[in-house]
Amino acid sequence: MVDELRPEIPAGVLVEDGEMVLNMGPHHPSTHGVIRLILTMDGEVIHTVTPDIGYLHRAIEKIAEKTPYYTFMPFTDRIDYLGAMFMNHGYAMAVEKLAGIEVPRRAEYLRVLADELNRMASHLIFMGTMTMDIGAYTPFLHALREREKINDIIEALCGARLTYNYIRVGGVSFDLPPGLTGQILDFLDGYEVFLDEFDRLITYNEIFVKRVANVGIIPADMAISYGLVGPNLRASGVDYDVRRDAPYSVYPELNFDVITGDDKYGSVGDAFNRLRVRIAETAQSARLIRQVLQKMPTGPIMGKLPRKLKLDPGKDAFSRVESSRGDTLFYIVAGGGNSPHRLRVRTGSFTALSVVPEIGQGVMVADLVAIFASTDVIAPETDR
Amino acid sequence: MNWNIVLAATIKWVFMVLVFGLGVAGILTWVERKMSAVIQDRVGPNRASILGFRMLGLFHPLADAIKAFTKEDFVPDGANRVLFFLAPLIALVPGMLAFAVLPFGPGDNLVIANMDSGIIALLAITSFGIYGATLGGWSSNNAFAMLGSLRAAAQMISYEVSMGLNLVGMFMVFGTLSFSQIVYAQGHLLGGWLPEWGIVVQPLAFILFMAAALAENKRAPFDLPEGESEIIGYNVEYSSMRFATFFLSEFFEVVLIAAIVTVLFLGGWQIPWLDPKGIAGGWIRVLQVGAFVVKTLFVIWVMMLARWTLPRFRYDQVMKLGWKIILPLSLLNILVTAIVLAML
Amino acid sequence: MASNFTPYYALVFVAVLSILLVLALLVVNAILGPKRRSRVKMTPFECGNEPWDNPRKRISVKYYLVAIFFIVFDIEAVFLYPWSVLYRGLLKQPGYGILALWEMLLFIGVLAMGLAYVWGKGDLDWNPGAKR
Repeated sequence: MVDELRPEIPAGVLVEDGEMVLNMGPHHPSTHGVIRLILTMDGEVIHTVTPDIGYLHRAIEKIAEKTPYYTFMPFTDRIDYLGAMFMNHGYAMAVEKLAGIEVPRRAEYLRVLADELNRMASHLIFMGTMTMDIGAYTPFLHALREREKINDIIEALCGARLTYNYIRVGGVSFDLPPGLTGQILDFLDGYEVFLDEFDRLITYNEIFVKRVANVGIIPADMAISYGLVGPNLRASGVDYDVRRDAPYSVYPELNFDVITGDDKYGSVGDAFNRLRVRIAETAQSARLIRQVLQKMPTGPIMGKLPRKLKLDPGKDAFSRVESSRGDTLFYIVAGGGNSPHRLRVRTGSFTALSVVPEIGQGVMVADLVAIFASTDVIAPETDR
Repeated sequence: MNWNIVLAATIKWVFMVLVFGLGVAGILTWVERKMSAVIQDRVGPNRASILGFRMLGLFHPLADAIKAFTKEDFVPDGANRVLFFLAPLIALVPGMLAFAVLPFGPGDNLVIANMDSGIIALLAITSFGIYGATLGGWSSNNAFAMLGSLRAAAQMISYEVSMGLNLVGMFMVFGTLSFSQIVYAQGHLLGGWLPEWGIVVQPLAFILFMAAALAENKRAPFDLPEGESEIIGYNVEYSSMRFATFFLSEFFEVVLIAAIVTVLFLGGWQIPWLDPKGIAGGWIRVLQVGAFVVKTLFVIWVMMLARWTLPRFRYDQVMKLGWKIILPLSLLNILVTAIVLAML
Repeated sequence: MASNFTPYYALVFVAVLSILLVLALLVVNAILGPKRRSRVKMTPFECGNEPWDNPRKRISVKYYLVAIFFIVFDIEAVFLYPWSVLYRGLLKQPGYGILALWEMLLFIGVLAMGLAYVWGKGDLDWNPGAKR
């Protein structure tokens, strides 16, 4: 009787005899937001994974076509709410290129400072949620404790804790408040202690390494052919970072290492390397922040802007930023009025999700959770 | 039937199962939250208050009980109503019942049922606990619960084999199946100074038994049947008191396993070098019961530490650990024990 | 005679008490709790979707294998119990001790061979794609 009430399994999902069809998500603790994975499985072993996205689609690219260039900035926060600063930065750079606006050097340094703080916050969330998906709850709260300190710093900087709207077209909205430098340095000193503690608590824990090492291996060629970007790509052993290879802002003036995956604990491109690369990147971010605070020049924080931006229709520009989820591309085509004709955002989560069905075949349920967590997919960025 | 036995059993049941078992299990729900809070750098529960007194959040278990009683008693569509109702009962009762064979102190008065074959009775009783998780998941008519119950069934029976085999070495050394006799025997001193506790004579069995018991208990790092980030758990459809019963059974089993480990491996009520025959009464006997409680709490503390610091195993790793590591090692332990005893 | 059985009476009696207590908990909840049904609420949880598949379908044969292994090994464990209790006593009797040792070595050997066979057949491997 109950079976008659069940809806038909959609045609896109091919079910073989004896397989069980299961919806993982949208309301599932480990799909981080609202992403649905349709699984066909035999016992514990997953045969196919079909991602189903669109639950968080807010038509942000379409909204841009009706919104003036400057006014659109708060919408970019919502593209990736864990890495709002990068989205601000990318959009601001695209518009600046389009209109030929000069950005003061102090503003560039403040942008990098904010970016790297945001990168640390975003990776901390990743470190926490990934370990939580593996079943350890304590590291999650330890990571969030550190992120809370970053939130406090960014709140002091721009007044917002999640959707910052800090980087504006032509500069940044607020200057560094007095006393914040000391607070940031205090945080960075404590962060080294935290990283050491985190490594001892979970990263090199025997059970944890056994759970994630050699799981969900993405070889370098597969990573490139699926268009993976950012830490996911670097974990597969491809030495590519937009900050170094297509430099923007003041990154060429700063020293940092690009971390790539190794096979010390598993193999290159596995879930463990995706975690390890991100943890190492937060340490690099800390290094960058220290340099930025040292080299920070004085001067204005906002360039000269026309009151109302009107551009020739058809003119286009694009910008690339290395967000916490990888190479993020903003492409703007100017429209007739004071808003773009078309805005296109290319994000890392979408391609990272597209590789999950490929590497999720024939693994166990727990492995799929580890794989999905390790790709650092967040729903708003895939859907926009 | 002798009514004195009934009266004595009732009184013992009230004190050992209700006051000790249920009391400790209830407080454990608070301890676990508070302890995890300390580990995780949080404040932990501190909201529930009576007349403004917060007592470090000690009223939270009480508030939980009131909440559990007044929530909707819910059965999902297509569930097997009878089994859905019975599953929490089957999960909790064996845990309560198993306390009946554990000696809390020397003599016949501090154990409800002092059996010659107490350990076999205990293994028989605790085996029933599997049905709670399995039937609970199966009857829910839910795919996640079904997966959880399959995991629970396979995991628990796998580790039950090892649990049973680990005890064989103990029986060989002590030559008895009675809990009381084993505790008396552990008062014996090796070489005149070392208490002959189970952990001393069977160290490997202790480690393996601890691991198998943790797995049997379905707590981290073996919490796969519940694994809330993978399959949401065998009790996903349960709410109100039925869920609370599952929840309580988990904590009851924590207390139970700690008590079993204490009795078998940590000398039960024995205080080293003090009255090993258990003939002294009065304050010494109170101290001995106290020693049992303190040892039990210590084992609980160890289990809680493991719960809040370790990640979860994967399913094949759990099965591998059970069948390919713990089981062969248990057989090896029996072999070595047999040969060593033959040579002595 | 009667005194030997008193622990069993006590155990049965305590079992009845425990069952009654838990029953009381569940029944009190059924009386106190509200009853507000709705179609959506009664749907089994499947992450916010209507369930597509019947959870009580055929399940992987692996689980049955575990059940069979359990029966085999647990029964053999039960056979070990009487021997293990008597073992020390047998050792003290000349002639019997070595016999008891060898008999049980044989028994455990057969048990271990069974385990090795199952192991070699790959029935204890749960992860087909595993190379770890």
